[in-house]
Amino acid sequence: MSDISLGSSVAGVPEAVPRQPPALTTGPVAWLRANLFSSWLNTALTLVLAYFIVRWAIGFIDWAFINAIWSVPNSQTQACRALKGSDHPGACWAVITEKHRFILFGTYPYEQHWRPAVVCVLFTALFVVSAMRRFWRWELAIVWAVTLITIGVLMWGGVLGLEYVPQERWGGLPITLILSTFGLAFAFPLAILVALGRRSSMPAIRVLCIAYVELIRGVPLISLLFMASVMFPLFLPEGINIDKLLRAQVAVILFAGAYLAEVVRGGLQALPKGQYEAADALGLSYWHKTGFIILPQALRLVIPPLVNTFIGFFKDTSLVLIIGIFDLLTAGKTSIVEPAWQGFGVEVYIAISLIYFVYCFAMSRYSQNLEAELNRHRVR
Amino acid sequence: MSAALAEGHIASAVRTDGTPAIQLDKVNKWYGSMHVLRDISLQVATGERVVVCGPSGSGKSTMIRCINRLEQHQEGRILVDGTELTDDVRSLDAIRREVGMVFQSFNLFPHLTILENCTLAPIWVRRMPKKQAEELAMEYLRRVKIPEQANKYPGQLSGGQQQRVAIARALCMKPKIMLFDEPTSALDPEMIKEVLDTMVGLAEDGMTMVVVTHEMGFAQQVADRVIFMDRGEVVEQGPPEQIFNRPSTDRLKLFLSQILRGH
Repeated sequence: MSDISLGSSVAGVPEAVPRQPPALTTGPVAWLRANLFSSWLNTALTLVLAYFIVRWAIGFIDWAFINAIWSVPNSQTQACRALKGSDHPGACWAVITEKHRFILFGTYPYEQHWRPAVVCVLFTALFVVSAMRRFWRWELAIVWAVTLITIGVLMWGGVLGLEYVPQERWGGLPITLILSTFGLAFAFPLAILVALGRRSSMPAIRVLCIAYVELIRGVPLISLLFMASVMFPLFLPEGINIDKLLRAQVAVILFAGAYLAEVVRGGLQALPKGQYEAADALGLSYWHKTGFIILPQALRLVIPPLVNTFIGFFKDTSLVLIIGIFDLLTAGKTSIVEPAWQGFGVEVYIAISLIYFVYCFAMSRYSQNLEAELNRHRVR
Repeated sequence: MSAALAEGHIASAVRTDGTPAIQLDKVNKWYGSMHVLRDISLQVATGERVVVCGPSGSGKSTMIRCINRLEQHQEGRILVDGTELTDDVRSLDAIRREVGMVFQSFNLFPHLTILENCTLAPIWVRRMPKKQAEELAMEYLRRVKIPEQANKYPGQLSGGQQQRVAIARALCMKPKIMLFDEPTSALDPEMIKEVLDTMVGLAEDGMTMVVVTHEMGFAQQVADRVIFMDRGEVVEQGPPEQIFNRPSTDRLKLFLSQILRGH
């Protein structure tokens, strides 16, 4: 009676001899047969779809790799244009070869491009390190602080012999990473506080939190960004000017915070009431109860929608283009304004999509691992 | 008449030393317009074992949950260990430290190991050093006979084992009073005994206990007093021998006949 585990048998009863499942119900062949060729209709559908997929794939490979032009001398794009109009069109990756530094770093001074490049590497390294559970210690907060300060120094310069670069000249991938990293790093704690506040027993706090969430959710991010960039400075006293990027950053944080708060609240509500009661009955204070019992369980429950929102916001940062901030997407768009390169948008957008995809897909895969890892105690 | 009997019983309880452990004074509670507790007056002496029984919906769980304010009463007074239950957070925390509770659905923390479940409150509420809290927890886990499960998660244990952990977790706070809210109702029959045995052991050590249960065998074995509740009222109370063998109200007679038929 001391240990009950799955598969334990009643004492004294002989174990049944383990048997293999019938051969043709498992394995790839059986899978194909069951899912793709189970009836004549299914078989026909499979064949037709396979035909289209293969044709499209061949066409894409032709366009993207076989017929493609990888570089042209001195922005002479005639070859690319000729290829575009020919019977066997191909991609003009030359636009990427030529413009990749502008797409990645915007109008940042050309000879200083190593600085935003290092910033991108630092950001990515910070994400990777933070993702590893073995580094989940309080020292990680120091690592974050040091890294973010270094990033600030690198981008602005003006110290340590680095040339000063005003914020107006920043652009490209660093902007996207700055907006989304700072955005989510601040929005997430804010969201937790707001979600807790919405369930508070104190009416004033509850009303405040509800008002915040409903107000922010009720307007599009674009209008918030407009307010931050156009209206907000009007209310400031003469002579005081807050950085445009900072204003956009605050708008993004407030917006993401409202959405994340609702996700977190969902987790809080999904938790059985008994967990709150057991913590209360033990005499745990509100913050101990919240920190040790409620949040660890509630946040685990909402990892999928949480990451969903994270990914959404990573991409939504591209909306800052409407207030004239050069994020990755805007820089890409601008790079093909030049007459010589007009008409090669597809190649540029594919390249930018790839960059977005790498970050978003990494987030998605990581969240799946984290979910499995953190929910290991749920033996069901 | 039954009230007179009850008072006589309390007066005769030798353990009474000044303030009662728990005192309820004309406690009333409503859910909306439903009157769930009607003028409940009750005293539990230190060291006394009280079993509360009654049909479902009679308010017995609500009553026991009012004692550590998981539910709030609307009229009357509840005093625990001499301190009145009010909205004052500090006195509430003080009371909850002294009152342990065991729930029908165990309510262990599924993301913490058995040991962590037991040490969390002593470390953070009693400010006990971690090592000492772990030793204490192991001592109580040995007492409920599952020390070997200390590093497992609640989901890996059987219902009976989980409930014994819940008892150990409450005991780790060294409470003066233990409340049990139908501790065996969610268990498979073969696991009820192991939990009841643990509770009997606790009673023998002189713990003040209030137990809501349908286990009449347990009541007869350990209870100093049985309280019968119906429709939010205390209908009858007295020593188990009197309640079970010489019920004086029709409601109790009906309840007993239903329970006995069930067995």
